[in-house]
Amino acid sequence: MRIHLTVNGLEREADVWEGSSLLTALREDLGLPGSKNACEQGECGSCSVLLDDQLLCSCLVLAAAAEGHRIRTVEDLGKDERLHPVQRAFVDAGAVQCGFCTPGFIVASYALLRDNPEPSEAEIREALSGNLCRCTGYGKIIEAVRRASREMYR
Amino acid sequence: MKSFSYAKVATAEEAAGLLKQRNTRLIAGGTDLLGLMKERLIEPDRLVDVNGIAQLRGITATKENFRVGALTTLAELAAHQATPLIIKEALADAATPQLRNMATVGGNLVQRNRCWYFRSAEHRCWLKGGPRCLAVDGDNRYHAIYGEGECRQVTPSDLAPALIALDATVVMRTDEGEDSLPLAQLYVAPTARHRREHAVGDDDLILAVRIGGDALRRHATYLKFMERATWQFAVVSVAASARLVEGRAQDVRIVAGAVANIPWRVKAAEDLLAGEKIDDARALAVAERFVRDARPLRDNAYKVAVLRELVRRAVLRLKD
Repeated sequence: MRIHLTVNGLEREADVWEGSSLLTALREDLGLPGSKNACEQGECGSCSVLLDDQLLCSCLVLAAAAEGHRIRTVEDLGKDERLHPVQRAFVDAGAVQCGFCTPGFIVASYALLRDNPEPSEAEIREALSGNLCRCTGYGKIIEAVRRASREMYR
Repeated sequence: MKSFSYAKVATAEEAAGLLKQRNTRLIAGGTDLLGLMKERLIEPDRLVDVNGIAQLRGITATKENFRVGALTTLAELAAHQATPLIIKEALADAATPQLRNMATVGGNLVQRNRCWYFRSAEHRCWLKGGPRCLAVDGDNRYHAIYGEGECRQVTPSDLAPALIALDATVVMRTDEGEDSLPLAQLYVAPTARHRREHAVGDDDLILAVRIGGDALRRHATYLKFMERATWQFAVVSVAASARLVEGRAQDVRIVAGAVANIPWRVKAAEDLLAGEKIDDARALAVAERFVRDARPLRDNAYKVAVLRELVRRAVLRLKD
């Protein structure tokens, strides 16, 4: 089936099968591989995107159901030459190990700091509880969110 | 995942019409349904996407009536200023921010259970039509400690016990038209003829959940025991509510989750508290009575001890 999606501010078109997830459409059909594919069950958060500004798991959204909504992926937050403060903070804090979970954490951290400029540690942990880092680098990730908060709102 | 056809609808009437077709399922938040489809535990021929039915979304609240539309997300329910505290407590510990932004109230109430034999495509358990429950002699550390039925799965929802503690009613659209019934009646232990955790048919539509003014004024609390502090289904949960009249408890409800096929109440335990002042000794007596008839399996006797302590703490919290 042919679907029309609004991704990162652009009108895009894709030919997908009915069972295709939004994640698959982004990665395979629209050339946006930043969102990662891991558990496919909404448990790991590596596919986190914003849909109408809401943080969610794109592996559990049918691509066809995303028609008519605004989708924003990690690719839209920053560019190689000009990182978003959240991305810069992850680099500076050493919050990246293997890097696979990082795009999901970046999007979730962005959503947190958009709604809550100065989160407590408990609030950071809760906000990132849907994202798993199997390298277990959570200490540095929390530090990166604090760093980003200072950078964005000081 | 098997191939299927997909249609979006804008009205409940439209949805009801399409849902009459054979092997057709509705999709709302999709957080449980798509997981089941990916594992090929269910293989519908048609999906009816009900997300566009505007009348099923949102919350209306007065002093006498709290009504939440079935398509309202868990995040929206948790954030609303009129949402009862016990519901906020239950949702704070439910799933993750991503899933709370997706999952709907209606879907949460009819989500399938988390038994690992049920969820595994390789296991043909009794609930999926097999000859016997594989948990009875298998690894049953998270399974039921009450009930006589064949199946040993337990209720996964955090919302259901909290809503039942507030005598919530559910508004449904069925073949017979619009119907309102106590939420507790939705949950029926599976039988050989009806191997399902609840009485909602695939062609029924949940429209809303309602809480009345009397229940909204009760003291109420939700406690949940998990193996880690976040993103876990309950090992045991307890929702309790009561009205306090000159320090004495009335209209007592104690509802345990994740301990049986259905949200579990023990009337004799509730009666022990009715008309009484809440103190340490009374709370302990109520908790002891609640667990007296528990029948744990080989690996889950610890759940009885956890349940006793959660009931005791929940009863004490009703004082505040």
